[in-house]
Amino acid sequence: MSSVISQRCSSDFFMNNIGKDAFDIGYMDTLAAGDSLLHRLDPRAKLITTLVFIVTVISFDKYALSAMTPFFIYPIVLISFGRLPYRYILKKVLLVSPFAILVGIFNPLMDREILIHLGSIGISGGWFSFISIILRFIFTVTAALILISLTGFNAVCAALMKFGLPRPFVVQLLFFYRYIFVLTDESERMVRASSFRAPNSKIIAFSTFVSLAGNLLLRTFDRAERIYRAMCCRGFDGHIRIMRPMKAGYQEIIFTLGWALLFILLRCSNVPLKLGTLITGYLR
Amino acid sequence: MSHHIVEVDDLHYTYPDGTVGLKGVSFRITHGESVALVGENGAGKSTLLLHLNGYLTACRGTIRIGDYPLNKTNLQAVRRSVGMVFQNPDDQLFMPTVFDDVAFGPLNLGFSQDEVERKVTEALKTVGVVHLRKRPPYKLSQGEKRSVSIATVLAMSPDILVMDEPTSSLDPQSRRRLIELLKTFRHSKIIATHDLDMAMDLCERTIVIHQGKVVADGAAHTIFQDENLLCSSGLEKPLRMQNCPVCKAVKRA
Repeated sequence: MSSVISQRCSSDFFMNNIGKDAFDIGYMDTLAAGDSLLHRLDPRAKLITTLVFIVTVISFDKYALSAMTPFFIYPIVLISFGRLPYRYILKKVLLVSPFAILVGIFNPLMDREILIHLGSIGISGGWFSFISIILRFIFTVTAALILISLTGFNAVCAALMKFGLPRPFVVQLLFFYRYIFVLTDESERMVRASSFRAPNSKIIAFSTFVSLAGNLLLRTFDRAERIYRAMCCRGFDGHIRIMRPMKAGYQEIIFTLGWALLFILLRCSNVPLKLGTLITGYLR
Repeated sequence: MSHHIVEVDDLHYTYPDGTVGLKGVSFRITHGESVALVGENGAGKSTLLLHLNGYLTACRGTIRIGDYPLNKTNLQAVRRSVGMVFQNPDDQLFMPTVFDDVAFGPLNLGFSQDEVERKVTEALKTVGVVHLRKRPPYKLSQGEKRSVSIATVLAMSPDILVMDEPTSSLDPQSRRRLIELLKTFRHSKIIATHDLDMAMDLCERTIVIHQGKVVADGAAHTIFQDENLLCSSGLEKPLRMQNCPVCKAVKRA
């Protein structure tokens, strides 16, 4: 009996952990409510800067490694000055990292051409491109997480709308963000209910999973209908209007231009290489 | 002030799957009246409420809201004057923040930004949740969600308030606060509920619906005394009227 109870407790504990860790994106809203100079910047400035950062990082050559490393400065400066928790951001990056690993994991097998020798060990181009993919992934995901943690998802969406992104697209994003919490709550409750009635199995049987997923889909349809009804009641006519005044001043211009120029400079010239040559030249 | 009147005449509705929802419902609610709509699960209360702002269209019968008969041309005007508070606040609060949610209606009605700002603040003040304006709705407690839902409707300055189970899933004190709040409203109110004690507090009149028909319509305190009627409609006396020492003494005598 006690083993059944402990098993239940542990599985419940496990589920709750999944729920908390994987979906605690709501915490980013709490972070976004902070009050630092970076928080107060116009969302559009942060959005553009993040986009320039991501584009420059992605545009590097596939074997690029050393040239990319100075880009670390952007996330580090923003996390420090925005007083964001390093660990939280790192955890979120790790959580999605399997996708990046999956994308690059075959590179070392496919591309075996040796690029450099470290002593007697030859390192193939595949390994370079693999690590390069991981590095790009860390940079881009961190930048996106920082953007949301400093700005808030809704403000980012509002900024996208101001930049002329099609309205239906932005509205989809907003609804997705609003209801992801309701959806995860609902699925968590369903999984819990099913596991309580199958105390001896640690994982959900495939057939159960199928019916849970189907049920969730049907509930989602129902909810969509109820939400639409609520929208109609308040005069919905196909347009979602959001009131969010934005004001960009010289601070925003300095922030955006400063970073963008730095990124382009770092992209165009391999600063670590130059620094290395300078130092080794000096030592000689 | 004839625009606070709700007149329903011989309303019939059958769902597309053949389920009969309403079988000839008629009543008239006048200005400033508070009416409780009671009945067992599946009696047709929610179906009736969905007709009142034109979400469902009756198979037969007519509805008049104020001066307008409810039809396609008047739909927008009717929806503006009938404020609907749904049972589940998560369905009602769909915008990213409380402010956006309350502003949704006024913005759709075409008010200027200043006016929207004023209306939102006013509505939030009325229900006592101004401090929540920047919060995302999913982070609120059930009671707070309910208050905000009511604010979203108040911001559109409706003449008639229609509520579906407003006290469900509230803790006793939140429920009490809600009742006190609703007492202060001067609107005509139609409240579908199983909480007969709340109905006694808020509504002077009660309409009992059973199997899609009105089986009783009259003063709340008279209807809630009629045990046979309540029993046949799947209801029971309000808790505070059960085991009442005074009533017991009368019976014994």
